Amino acid sequence: MKNEFQVIADLIEKDKKVLDVGCADGTLMKFLKDNKNINIRGLEISKERVQECIAKGLTVIEGNAEKDLKQFPDKSFDYVILSQTLQAFLNPELVLDELLRVGKKAIVTIPNFGYWKVRFHLLFKGTMPITKTLPDEWHNTPNLHMCTIKDFFHFVKSKDIKIVKSLALNNLNKSTINQSNLGVKNLFADLGIFLIEK
Amino acid sequence: MNTEKNIKTLIVKEPLKLDCGKTIKDFPIAYETYGSLNSKKDNAILVFHALTGDQFVTGINPATNKEGWWSYAVGPDKAIDTNKYFVICSNVIGGCMGSYGPSHKDPNQKIFGTNFPVITINDMVNAQYNLLDHFGIDKLFSITGGSMGGMQVLQFISNFPDKSKTVIPIATTSSHSAQNIAFNELGRQAITADSNWKDGNYTSNETNPGKGLAVARMAAHITYLSKKGLQEKFGRKLQEREDLKFGFDADFQIESYLRYQGSVFVDRFDANSYLYITRAMDYFDLAKQFNGNLSEAFKNTNAKFFIISFTSDWLYPTQENKDIVIALNSIGADVGFVEIESDKGHDSFLLDVPDFLNALKNFLDKSYEEN
Repeated sequence: MKNEFQVIADLIEKDKKVLDVGCADGTLMKFLKDNKNINIRGLEISKERVQECIAKGLTVIEGNAEKDLKQFPDKSFDYVILSQTLQAFLNPELVLDELLRVGKKAIVTIPNFGYWKVRFHLLFKGTMPITKTLPDEWHNTPNLHMCTIKDFFHFVKSKDIKIVKSLALNNLNKSTINQSNLGVKNLFADLGIFLIEK
Repeated sequence: MNTEKNIKTLIVKEPLKLDCGKTIKDFPIAYETYGSLNSKKDNAILVFHALTGDQFVTGINPATNKEGWWSYAVGPDKAIDTNKYFVICSNVIGGCMGSYGPSHKDPNQKIFGTNFPVITINDMVNAQYNLLDHFGIDKLFSITGGSMGGMQVLQFISNFPDKSKTVIPIATTSSHSAQNIAFNELGRQAITADSNWKDGNYTSNETNPGKGLAVARMAAHITYLSKKGLQEKFGRKLQEREDLKFGFDADFQIESYLRYQGSVFVDRFDANSYLYITRAMDYFDLAKQFNGNLSEAFKNTNAKFFIISFTSDWLYPTQENKDIVIALNSIGADVGFVEIESDKGHDSFLLDVPDFLNALKNFLDKSYEEN
């Protein structure tokens, strides 16, 4: 399992009710269900991935986060997870609001566009950056709204969203992000993981 | 129609009060079973049939000598694996394969015809509930069915919220739409316009309203397929001829196909039953039973739901299936949903659609493992 998923799983206590938005093939869901007795649901847009989840015995709803989160009642999950997908929505702000309406807390991870390898790529190669977390070409990437850890940090603050925990991940290294080290983490982290609530 | 032999029947002694106000008792429910009930009695699946189905889910139907209506899905090693599960299916009341219906005789030994009480989906499931007692099953492992079978699934879990662990409504709706009612009315009008119908008082000795029933079947059959599916299968291909004949014989293959579908249907189905069962579907509105709030229908159940729709089904489209998902999510129920890609229209659930059959199998087997 990806290191990112391990970090997410560590943020969630046992026996909670969790919704994984954009749950893909259900790897994280299965881990949470088997290891932390989580009452887990998934929302996934791809029919193939939905079938993979069903084959793992997971409860998943085929749907689109922008349209289908509204059917869930307020605060009906302890945690809502959104892994590396926020930047792919037409309206990320709306999705973020929905995550925090449906979940008591949300865990949002973002591929960091401020990561030094990304900056380096654009600066020296002069082409759109391609890295481990940003593997697609400019013309076939699903990402519409790339942001940096710093952008996201400022954005949630401006929306009066409380950051309970913010972590920077670079391969296997996990560290805490705070106001004072934000610039450094924004340069050296590949991925930002935020536990937020409103 | 009814080949009395080969039909297993449960006589329900207990009076059943119908939605129309009448009470029936000592009435027969014809059923069939597949696989075997285990000692814990926790492997039973109750399958509900659609409008023109019957209890003969799989294998050779003794009445028609053809494959059962859900042979693709039910059988040894199939999606609903009869090596593992005990499958029960019964003919709905109002039907014509042995369960109490309009072709039965009243206490005066006269065939009911349209004197048979109008029945509802609710009446159908209340009647079938007696099968649980009959087999000594406290809780079913699953209930499933497509189309009208799905309506029965929804009604059953609403009426008996703790009687099934899992619930699989397929290609269905919680409320019959104006378009659904319109198509059913077309079929009924075709039957009642046949001079042989005689206000429902035809007997099996006389001529049946076969022409009207065949037209009803033809019209309905079109609604079960998709435009694309029809186009791919038939297009404008001609039926055993080189050119148009400038007449009204079946020039096109699609005409011939529909005529054939109509003619084989009248050999196995009773016209009055067609009226009764389509009426039951039209009256189905589960939300209305709960003052317009569909979620209320499911608030007492802890069952695990899995809802399946098909992309090309325009009779019970995905949105109507999703409305059920939404109602369940709004009360925090355990519900999964998938829309299966298929060009085969509403009939997809009856056909060899691997994505559908795999999803059904995986859901059942994984849920059973967790038992």
